[in-house]
Amino acid sequence: MREVVLRAKGFAPRDIPFAGAATLVGVLLGWQTLASLGWISTKFLPAPLSIIQALLTLGRSGELWLHLAASLPRLAWGWAAGTVAGLVVGLLLGLFTLARAPGMAIVSALFPIPKIALVPLFIIWFGIGEGSKVITLAFGVFFPTVINTLAGVDGVPRGLIRMGQSFSLSRAAILAKIVLPGALPAILAGFRITTSTAIILLVAAEMIGAEKGIGAFVLSAGNLYDTDNLMAGIVVLSLIGLTVSWVLGRLEAWLLAWR
Amino acid sequence: MTASRVGLRVRAVSHAFADLHVLDDVSFDVPAGEVTVLVGPSGCGKSTLLGIAGGLLRPDSGRVEIEGQAAADCLNPLTYVFQDFALLPWRSVAGNISLVLEGKGIAKATRAARIAEVLETTNLSAFSHAWPKQLSGGMRQRVGIARALAVRPAVLLMDEPLSALDAQTRDLLLDEFAGLIAARGMTVVYVTHNLAEAVRLGHNVVVLSRRPGRVRDIVRIDAPLDARKLDDPALLATEARLWSLIRADAAEADREVLHA
Repeated sequence: MREVVLRAKGFAPRDIPFAGAATLVGVLLGWQTLASLGWISTKFLPAPLSIIQALLTLGRSGELWLHLAASLPRLAWGWAAGTVAGLVVGLLLGLFTLARAPGMAIVSALFPIPKIALVPLFIIWFGIGEGSKVITLAFGVFFPTVINTLAGVDGVPRGLIRMGQSFSLSRAAILAKIVLPGALPAILAGFRITTSTAIILLVAAEMIGAEKGIGAFVLSAGNLYDTDNLMAGIVVLSLIGLTVSWVLGRLEAWLLAWR
Repeated sequence: MTASRVGLRVRAVSHAFADLHVLDDVSFDVPAGEVTVLVGPSGCGKSTLLGIAGGLLRPDSGRVEIEGQAAADCLNPLTYVFQDFALLPWRSVAGNISLVLEGKGIAKATRAARIAEVLETTNLSAFSHAWPKQLSGGMRQRVGIARALAVRPAVLLMDEPLSALDAQTRDLLLDEFAGLIAARGMTVVYVTHNLAEAVRLGHNVVVLSRRPGRVRDIVRIDAPLDARKLDDPALLATEARLWSLIRADAAEADREVLHA
């Protein structure tokens, strides 16, 4: 007689509480230790404490806020403009037969263009000022938003729309109460992609044509081999990304509580 | 609720999906205050016929006529109950019912009272704030029924409402349906592949042939709904008769599906 051996093991990864935070702290401690021992050249990769010091100095001098004051409005306006336009176009493509084929042809043709390559063109078209930067971000955000919105609308079970029609709901009610809430998970998932895209394009646009802004600051620090400030700028960008991600997470938890 | 006095006349309905001829010259009556059950082998066009009867699908030819007058408080004369419940997962039980009352010119208090009433009728009062995902299949279908009752339908169109449920829940809900329909004298068109359901609920059982669906026979069952039992010998005999009408077509339809 032998006991039956359990074979259904593995393939079920779990989260270990605090393991993520502990890993980050461990990496930072290890990095600091290696830098303090001289095993890492701080000329090329400054120690974490030096980066924090640089951040504090930038904050006290006001330079950090000056650059943030230039970057954050660009990020907000660019992302918002691209998102609103993308939502409208995505809904049109998702809802109307006449819009879908022509619209998708244009979106498919323009989507693969690396948006960074368009920055010089936008500077020629819209000038070196804020317009070209905002347009660059909006353009980059627009296409993923269209595609995610369209996927979200297509993903709404047709049976729910039929249900609305069978109860004689108006088209506006079906759109507002069935299609939009049904597409919301895909739209919010798209926001995570578009906010990252917007930050990347913000840095690119500021590196090419700006005096103020985190991207311009990082480029300037790099040109001066000022790696402490360069890394401080990167940390700020990272913190912006983390903050946006946290806000989106809260938004998802609130809007998609039913899941 | 005022008892519905609305019936339907299905006349010479034919329909095809591209090359697939689904219904061919189908005619029958749905008398007011009675349950008309559509049965037939898989793919014979039962649900298509229900879609046409409810105005969700335009037939290639033929027509469906409404006879009689709906009650004054009827908000949606031809109302569906769906096989997969069709509940909005982002709305609570009460929210799903409220959906079909919103924008229809009903005062908020009246709406709330009507929601409370149908929740009470379907024994869902304690679950009004629950999300659909928190409910069992049987409870979800009760929400589907409550939603349908909320609009005071003249004709209830039920598309295999029990086929997604387990056998025990199906029997329980079948008794509830029978009680509800008998008490209100509702006009119902009920699609099912389950002959026990057909004889438990139907006054007229329309037997469709395999695709393209044609009316093979209409079997009349006069016993009152609230007096019927599933093990009644007369009902079992009717069920056997229905099976004898369908069996050969069902076997053919099964082979068609396998070869498709």
